Amino acid sequence: MKNNKILIVETSPLISSGLSSFFEGMNQFTVSAVVDNMEDLQDKMVIHNPDILIINPIMIGYYALNNFFKNLSQNYPNIHCVALVTTYIDKNILRYFKEIVELSDNKQKVVNKLINLLNNSDETTSQENIELSNREIDVLVSVAKGMTNKEISDLLSISVHTVITHRKNIVKKTGIKSVAGLTVYALLNNLVEESEIN
Amino acid sequence: MNYYKDTFSENSKMAEVVISNPKLLLTLSRFGIELGFGDHSVKEVCDKAKVSPSFFLLICNLYSNSDFIPSQDDIRSVDAYTILSYLSESHKYYLEERLPHIELHLRRIVEDCPAKFCNTINRFFNEYKDEVESHFKYEEDVVFPYIKSLCNKTLSPNFSISEFKSNHSNIEDKLNDLMNILIKYLPANIFPKERIEISLDIMEVTSDLRSHTLVEERILVPFVEMMEA
Repeated sequence: MKNNKILIVETSPLISSGLSSFFEGMNQFTVSAVVDNMEDLQDKMVIHNPDILIINPIMIGYYALNNFFKNLSQNYPNIHCVALVTTYIDKNILRYFKEIVELSDNKQKVVNKLINLLNNSDETTSQENIELSNREIDVLVSVAKGMTNKEISDLLSISVHTVITHRKNIVKKTGIKSVAGLTVYALLNNLVEESEIN
Repeated sequence: MNYYKDTFSENSKMAEVVISNPKLLLTLSRFGIELGFGDHSVKEVCDKAKVSPSFFLLICNLYSNSDFIPSQDDIRSVDAYTILSYLSESHKYYLEERLPHIELHLRRIVEDCPAKFCNTINRFFNEYKDEVESHFKYEEDVVFPYIKSLCNKTLSPNFSISEFKSNHSNIEDKLNDLMNILIKYLPANIFPKERIEISLDIMEVTSDLRSHTLVEERILVPFVEMMEA
């Protein structure tokens, strides 16, 4: 499982160190830095390139929100920005954030929120990633040659379940569902020779 | 949402109904309805063509909303011969008009491709055509005669509609695959104009086939199940 770097932006050391302690000893999350003012944020972002930014919206300021998120999406398109809510914050401000962490959240709740956030975005990024992986190409070529899932699993030494997962991803990425269509695709992309298909 | 029943009734003008959903133009000839209906109502036009107006509106519903589930009353009002002749006419339209049309353009496009692409795409289309032909042939030769015998009460006991239901295969997917190949994967310089035209054709046929499948699964099957019961 991937290790996700977290950057926390919060003025209160009590809150920031409390939140940091939630992630101690976890393989999935590491707090790479804690920042207590906006001036340092930019530098720390460049140095650490975090996956998740947990920030108190008060520190950004209402009028700076638009610019802040514009810069963020330009420079760090894949970052997840989470609001750290310590007091009443208008819901128009919270709309900007993908997730909200509150003072009343316990450790499990915070971790679950972050995991859900990452899981949901994994699906969208894999859909955007249209290139077939090498393994998927292996499976595609075998499908084009008319092999069954069992035969492919034996050939590539992977489980039938994995073959099926690869096939689902191939369909998702190419937009082609039928074996006949996938065969045409493989030929057009010079992945197989005409003589290799029956 | 029962869109058409809310918006249109047997007294609506036929022209308004059709213009509101141009896909319905394709269904008219299957009902034997001719254009030029002026300001006549759905009921008047249907009566002239000897089509049940409620069945016509039922098809309109299904064509306009793929989530539409006909009620028991809708199904009860269906007439076996109307729906069978409607479906047969659709089959004829696909086999005799749409597929040959797509094939003609496709052959022209792939002529310019390297030989191996040309062969593969032609073979892909031929296989698809065979598949569609045998899909329709099964319905015409086995399913429809069974339904007719059910109506005449000369029941052939070795078949039931549940068999059709479980074997009813999807014939739209491959067309969709073909469209993806034409749009995404064929080299850019090969007949770009024709490819756009043929892709639009394929989209239209795919959507029409999808509605056709819905007519079979949501109207024909429950109708026959009702008769079998």
